[in-house]
Amino acid sequence: MSGPDSTGKAGPEETHGSQAPQGPVPPVAEPEAEAEENLPARLGEERLAEPVVRTGMFGVQGTPDTSGYGLLRVHRAPVLASPRPYGSYFDEVADALGSALEAAGVGFSDAIERVVADRGELTLYVRRERLPEVAAKLRDDPALRFELCGGVSGVHYPHDTGRELHAVYHLLSITHNRRLRVEVAAPDADPHIPSLVGVYPAVNWHERETWDFFGLIFDGHPALTRIQMPDDWKGHPQRKDYPLGGIPVEYRGAKIPAPDERRDYS
Amino acid sequence: MTEAQTPHAAAGATDAEAAEGHVYTVSGEDWDEIIAAANEARDFQSGERLVINMGPQHPSTHGVLRLVLTLEGETVVEVRPAIGYLHTGIEKNMEFRTWTQGVTFCTRADYLMPLFNEVAYCLAVERLLGIEDRIPERAQIIRVLMLELNRITSHLGGIAPMGLELGATTIYTQGARLRERGLDLLELVTGLRMNHAYMRPGGVAQDLPPGALEAIRAFLDTTPALVRDLRTLIDANPIFIGRNKGVAYLDLAGCMALGVTGPMLRSTGLPWDLRKSQPYCGYETYDFDVPTVDTCDAYGRYLVRMDEVDQSLRIVRQCVDRLAARGSAGPDKDPVMIRDAKIGWPAQLSLGPDGLGPSPEHIKHIMGQSMEALIHHFKLITEGFRVPAGQAYAAVESPRGELGAHVVSDGGTRPYRVHLRDPSFNHLQSVAAVCEGGMVADLIPAIASIDPVMGGVDR
Repeated sequence: MSGPDSTGKAGPEETHGSQAPQGPVPPVAEPEAEAEENLPARLGEERLAEPVVRTGMFGVQGTPDTSGYGLLRVHRAPVLASPRPYGSYFDEVADALGSALEAAGVGFSDAIERVVADRGELTLYVRRERLPEVAAKLRDDPALRFELCGGVSGVHYPHDTGRELHAVYHLLSITHNRRLRVEVAAPDADPHIPSLVGVYPAVNWHERETWDFFGLIFDGHPALTRIQMPDDWKGHPQRKDYPLGGIPVEYRGAKIPAPDERRDYS
Repeated sequence: MTEAQTPHAAAGATDAEAAEGHVYTVSGEDWDEIIAAANEARDFQSGERLVINMGPQHPSTHGVLRLVLTLEGETVVEVRPAIGYLHTGIEKNMEFRTWTQGVTFCTRADYLMPLFNEVAYCLAVERLLGIEDRIPERAQIIRVLMLELNRITSHLGGIAPMGLELGATTIYTQGARLRERGLDLLELVTGLRMNHAYMRPGGVAQDLPPGALEAIRAFLDTTPALVRDLRTLIDANPIFIGRNKGVAYLDLAGCMALGVTGPMLRSTGLPWDLRKSQPYCGYETYDFDVPTVDTCDAYGRYLVRMDEVDQSLRIVRQCVDRLAARGSAGPDKDPVMIRDAKIGWPAQLSLGPDGLGPSPEHIKHIMGQSMEALIHHFKLITEGFRVPAGQAYAAVESPRGELGAHVVSDGGTRPYRVHLRDPSFNHLQSVAAVCEGGMVADLIPAIASIDPVMGGVDR
């Protein structure tokens, strides 16, 4: 299966399924006029080095396959890192943050692992030990002024060895009318991230929620307790290794299995 | 009343005696005993503080909110909100459904503003798909129309109970009746009063039914006068003013630190409204104002909400005019769903003998004319579409403030992670800041002015 609309009525000029997981594709005769980066076969290529996450089609395994779909191999999307220039106001933000950190004696790349500018949004991947420093600069520097922290959302990537647990902060600058996403990763074996309550008091409950749902420990939080689940709850429910649960439901004579038991197309 | 000698931990206790305490279980009108016990305690010990558990089933805490109060006399020394009583795992459930099915879950988060949850989620999915520019204009107008109707019902659903909690039944009955008129319109268009699942990635589920524009026009003709009536009842009411003015003070610095947005932020005088500053769904093409006051208190927030109702009516009127000018939609003209066979769900629905479903033309097309169309339909409905890997954060100006949807995709047919940044969740953090040091009676208007909805808080 390719991207959402790489075939069909939309027509090839409207495709955006740029990361179409195609597998090895025979070279295509390229018309000169067409820009090279617009060709779908090229755009899928960077995935080929990534591990295979799915084989076959329709979530079916082990049946005699005559369609050829059974040979499909889908690779994981590669880790992105955008090169300069990032476009939009993103370069200004990166420069301002760079000089603010420089003034404090920290190199930009010492604090920021990588920068991703994707779909009109800027993401800074911050090394966890530098997070409070970077956040303070983002809040206070006149050229940055990200006064408002919308909150934290955790994401669990079990396959991302050594950086399984991510905390994502959504910052907003009212002064400059800009948005910024700050992402921090921690390994499952050592799920510690410095708390930002001292910089943004608003993240107090959000960090408690992320601890509750993902088991991320925010060091320095004034009272890191469960917030949604009962105090004596075992486990962290939003992690990928925590099952959804549920029971089969009967509807008009048919048994419909629990949601996490159903056929999986992903 | 029962009395137990169970010792429980008291923060900051200096000796063993201070750590001991009486636990009273109050279940009805046995306040006399509590007062007697409190007086007794004051006489014989130094413990003048009373810890009261308000909620989660208390009628004036807006749903299942539990407040743990420490009182000295009638002064609130400490208030700690306890939440989680309505946690339903909406975010986790969405990871096990297709992208389109996700709408039916997130609409149930903040049940007073279901359409805002849906739109925030759909905007994030559309950004991930890269189809933001291809959403049909008619769908955008319908979205704005429905959002503003929802904003009116949500604000009235906050203000009416506020009156009830202060003992003014008339405010509640008038406000609730007015809100019901808005809900009638939402029901006319979507089929449901709330939990609509009307927005979909790529557009809306269905065009407006016949007669909807006339019904909305009738609503627009009569509602402004009714809103004025309601305001005549409240605006200059000495009791309402006495209970709300100067109560729950939170200034701009406090709002910034606590991440507070929406009417609470606009009651400090800052005209921050995402519809103006970071427009979505074509809000930049509508004519409306951002009402502000500079009182920073509960009364100011009430005024902001009421003024926003007027502005929403203004936007709804513009939407109706635009839709009327466009005429009726058809399968090939002015669609309400993106023209993309890989994403666009059937949106030309009609009522058949077994309920609402795809129109006869669509069924004829997929069953009799085009094998590819049948395959597309089948794949789209059973498997769903794939969304390119990545993450997006889309924020909308909800009636309560910034509602954000952080959506992560791994390239599959289901969301990898969805997080709703709910304004109520964030704003409840400010309860301690606005209530501590005040009177216990001020707690009620303070909570009402924050306007938390527990469905959104707990998700």
